[in-house]
Amino acid sequence: MASQSEVIDRLRATFRSGVTFPEQFRMTQLQNLLSLVEENEQLIQDALHKDLHKPKFESVLSEIQITLNDLYFAMENLRTWMQPEYNIGKNLATRMDDCFIRREPLGVVLIIGAWNYPLHLILLPLVAAIAAGNCAILKPSEICQATEQLLAELIPKYLSQDCYAVLCGGAEDTKSLLKNKFDHIFYTGSQVVARSILLAAAPHLTPVTLELGGKSPCFIYGHIDIQKAAKRLCWSKFFNTGQSCVAPDYVLCTAQTRDALLPALRETLRTFYGPDPGASLDIGRIVTPRHWRRLMDMLEKSKGKVVIGGESREEDRYIAPTVLVDVQESDALMQEEIFGPILPILTIESLEEGIDYINRQEKPLALYVFSDETSVVTTVLNNTSSGGFCGNDGIVHMALPGLPFGGVGASGMGSYHGRWGFETFSHRRGCMNRSWLLERVNVLRYPPYSDYNLGWLRWATTFKKNSWGGCSVM
Amino acid sequence: MEKQAVQRAREAFLAGRPRPLEFRVQQLKSLQRMITDRQGEIATALKQDINRSQYDTPLFELIGLENEISLAVSKLAQWAAPRPVERNLLTISDQAYIQPEPLGVVLIIGAWNYPWALTLQPLVGAIAAGNAAVVKPSELSEYSASLLKALLPRYLDQELYPVVCGGVSETQELLRQRFDHVFYTGNSTVGKLVMEAAARHLTPVTLELGGKSPCYIDKDVDLRVACRRITWGKFVNCGQTCIAPDYILCEPSIQNRVVEGIRQTLLEFYGPDPKSSPDYSRIINQRHFNRLMTLLEGYTATVGGQSDSSQRYIAPTVVKDVPPQARLMQEEIFGPLLPIVTVSDIDDAIHFINEREKPLALYVFSSNKKVIRRMLAETTSGGVTVNDVIMHYTLNSLPFGGVGQSGTGRYHGKHTFDQFSHHRACLVKSLGMEDVNMVRYPPQNRQKARRVRLAMRTPLVDFSRKTYIWAVTATVFAFGLFVTLTAILPS
Repeated sequence: MASQSEVIDRLRATFRSGVTFPEQFRMTQLQNLLSLVEENEQLIQDALHKDLHKPKFESVLSEIQITLNDLYFAMENLRTWMQPEYNIGKNLATRMDDCFIRREPLGVVLIIGAWNYPLHLILLPLVAAIAAGNCAILKPSEICQATEQLLAELIPKYLSQDCYAVLCGGAEDTKSLLKNKFDHIFYTGSQVVARSILLAAAPHLTPVTLELGGKSPCFIYGHIDIQKAAKRLCWSKFFNTGQSCVAPDYVLCTAQTRDALLPALRETLRTFYGPDPGASLDIGRIVTPRHWRRLMDMLEKSKGKVVIGGESREEDRYIAPTVLVDVQESDALMQEEIFGPILPILTIESLEEGIDYINRQEKPLALYVFSDETSVVTTVLNNTSSGGFCGNDGIVHMALPGLPFGGVGASGMGSYHGRWGFETFSHRRGCMNRSWLLERVNVLRYPPYSDYNLGWLRWATTFKKNSWGGCSVM
Repeated sequence: MEKQAVQRAREAFLAGRPRPLEFRVQQLKSLQRMITDRQGEIATALKQDINRSQYDTPLFELIGLENEISLAVSKLAQWAAPRPVERNLLTISDQAYIQPEPLGVVLIIGAWNYPWALTLQPLVGAIAAGNAAVVKPSELSEYSASLLKALLPRYLDQELYPVVCGGVSETQELLRQRFDHVFYTGNSTVGKLVMEAAARHLTPVTLELGGKSPCYIDKDVDLRVACRRITWGKFVNCGQTCIAPDYILCEPSIQNRVVEGIRQTLLEFYGPDPKSSPDYSRIINQRHFNRLMTLLEGYTATVGGQSDSSQRYIAPTVVKDVPPQARLMQEEIFGPLLPIVTVSDIDDAIHFINEREKPLALYVFSSNKKVIRRMLAETTSGGVTVNDVIMHYTLNSLPFGGVGQSGTGRYHGKHTFDQFSHHRACLVKSLGMEDVNMVRYPPQNRQKARRVRLAMRTPLVDFSRKTYIWAVTATVFAFGLFVTLTAILPS
C-alpha cells in the first residue's frame, strides 16, 4: 500500500508531464466518470441505503442525477471553458496587442467529501477538477463506509490511476494528509474542521474552497398559498432526513401564519409519509448514533412545544419529522445548525424583526422566503446576506448549474457547480502579447524624463468615459 | 485603538451607509479629487520615502489610480446589477440570477514600493462593492503613510474608511479582529501569517505576493528593442517592483549582446553617472540595502556594481553567467541587480522555470510564434507580457494576481469589484406550476422519478452536433415531403 506522500508525488509527477492538459484527455476522463456512475447506479443506491437509509428516489435525484447533470454540462461546455478569453476591453495603447486570459490547471488538488451526500459532494468537485486539467486526491467521508469503499474500488477502475487517487481514513489520516502541499483544497463540512484546514493551508499558501453550513432561515410572510408553501417547505426540510447543508433550518412567521401553517404541515406530512412515518420507505435515518444522540439532546433541552411528531427510535436511529412552536432565540435548538428532521417555528411581529434577527446571526448558506408579495421578497433580499437565496421553494437553487453554489462569511468561501467549479480549479492568467511596432511611441515612457513626454502620455492614457478600459502607462 | 476603528466601521456598514450606489460614486469622486488636488504633496512624500522621480509618480502611481476610479464610477451600475443565468425546464418560469453584494468590513494592507497605487487601488474596488474598509498603509514608506492618514479622512467618510498606521504590533492587533475579507500586498512570509490569522475567523484573503519573475530572451529577436524594454522595467523604482523582470534566461551565444544592449540603454536613460540622475530612485531602507549588497557578494558585476550606503544607492547592476545555486537566484531580488542565467535552449528554459515556484509574472521575448506558444502553454505564472515587461499590469480588463507562492485572488478594474463582493445565487420561483413540482414529492414511484430526471436536464435544448445534423436532415426531408405532397395531391 502506497503511503500518502508516495501517492501525492506520483500525481505531481504526472501533472508535471502535462498529460492532463489536452482537452481530449479531460473529455475521456469525464466520459469514464460518466460510465462509472451510469454503470453502477444500483451499487451506488445500495451503498447509500446502507449508510444513510437513503430512499432510492433521493439517491437518484440528489446524488446520481445531479452528478450526471454536472457531467453532461461540463462535457458539453468544456471546449468553451478552455478557450482563452479574448473579449476583454482594449484601449488606445494596446490596440495593436493580443490581450487574453488563459485558464490554466493548478496542479494536484485535494477534495474532502462529506457524509450527508457522500457521492455528489465529492464527485461534483472532481468533475470540476478534471475539467480544469488538474490531478486530484479524493478523501471521502469515513462516516459513510459503504460509499467510501465503493468509491475506493470504482475510481481506480474507471479513471487514470496516475492522475486521480482515493485516500481513505479518519481524522488522524486527514491531519497527516494536510501536512502535504496541495495547489488547492476543496472542503465540504463543518466550521470547526474548516478552521484547522485553513491553518494547515496557510504555511503552503494554498487557496481553499470551503463549503460549510449554518442555520438557513425560512420566512413565510404576507400573502401566501399556505398549502403549496407547506408542501415545498416539508419537502426541502425533510429531504435526506433534514441532513442537508441547505435545508431550511427554522421558520420565521407571524402567529397568524403559524396557525394556518400547522394544519397544512400536518396534512402534507401525512400525504408524504403516511400516518406512521417510521414505517414509510420514503424517509431516511440519522447517519450515526452520535448524531442521533445530539439531535435528541437538542430536542430534550428545547423549551419549545412539540406540535407534530417527536417520536424516535434508537435502534435504527429514527426521528419522526418534528415541528415545534414557541421557540425563543435562546433555545437549545437555535444555538447550532440542526441538521436533522426537527423544524422550530419562531414567531415574529414584523418582517423587520425577522430581518434583524437574521442579521444578528452568522451569514447562512441559504435563505428562503415564501411570499406572493414581491416587496417582501425584495426587502429580505436587500437587507440580508447569505450564500444563496431561493424564493418560494427550498434547496432547488442548487440544482441549477448556472448558479454558483457556495457560502459567505461563516458559511464558507468560494463556490462551484457548472462553470463556477471550473473557475475554482483554474488559474486565470492575464496575458499581453505586445507588438514590436510602436516602439517610437514607447519612447515616451523612457528616461530621461521630461514634462513634454509626460504631458503626451497623460493625454493618451487617461480613461475617457466612453472608452473600454484604462491603460496607465504606454 | 485598532479595535475601535474596526468596530466603528462595522457599525457604519450595518447602518447601511455604503449601500446606495450614489454614495459609493460620491466617495469615489471624492477620492479622485484628493489625488488631483494633492498631487504635489504626494510626490514630495514619495521623494522623501524612496527618492521617486517627480515623473515616475504620476506615471506609476497616479494615472493608473485615476483610471481605476473613472472606470468604477462609469461602470458601477452595471457591475452591481443582477447577472441573469441560464435556466432549465424546472425553472423556466422563474427568475435566476447572481446578485453581487458587499461583504462587510474589509482590511487592506498596503505595500511600500508603490504606497499609493497598491493601497488605494484595492480601496477603489472595496468602496465600489459597497464595503467599509480599514486601510493599513505600509510603515516602511512612512511619509506616504502619514500623508494618507492626514488626507483620507478629509475626503472620505471617516468611519467607513479609517486609516490605521503603525508597525508590526499594530498590524498584528488589526489581524486579531474579525474582517469579512483581507487584502494583503507584500511578501510571502507575512502572507502566510496573514492567512493564518484570517483562518481563525474563516475570513477569505487576497494575497498579492511576489517571486522571481523570469525573463526569457530568444535568439530570434530584435535585441536592441528587447533590452531597452527590459532595462526600463527592471530599473524603474530601482528594481523594487513586484513584477520587475527578476532575472534573464538566454542562450550563451547572445549573452554578451544582451549585456551590451542593457549597458547602452542605461547610458541613454540615466547618463554615465546614475547617482546624479534625477530619474533614478534609491533603496527604501538600510536593511534592504544591506540585503541586496549581501546578494552581490562573491560576484563581479559586468555592468554597474557601485554603491553608496549613505544614500542607499546601488547602481544599475548586471551580472553574467550566474549559476542557478547562487544566492542571487534563491530569493526575489527586489532591487537593481539583474542576473543572467544561461540556458541551452527553450526546453532548458522551460524546465528551469518549472523547477521553481510559480512566479507573479513571466516574460518572453521572441519573434517566433512557436516559442511564445510553448512558453505560454508549458509554464504558469500570475500573468504574462510577451515582448515587453510589466505592461499586462496596466490593462485593467486583465485580472492581476498570483498563483501558488506568488499569491491568491486577483484584482484591477471589474475584478477588484468582484473580489470584494459576494456573488449570491438567487432563484425566485413562482408558486404556480405546482403540478410540475408534484413529481418530486413522496410517496415515490418510478414514473415520477423519470419525469423529474427529464425536467432537471440542462441545457434546455440539446445543442450537440448530432442533434443539429438530425434536425437539419429532418427539416429538409419534411420540407421535401411537403413539396412533393403539394405537387402530387391536388392533381
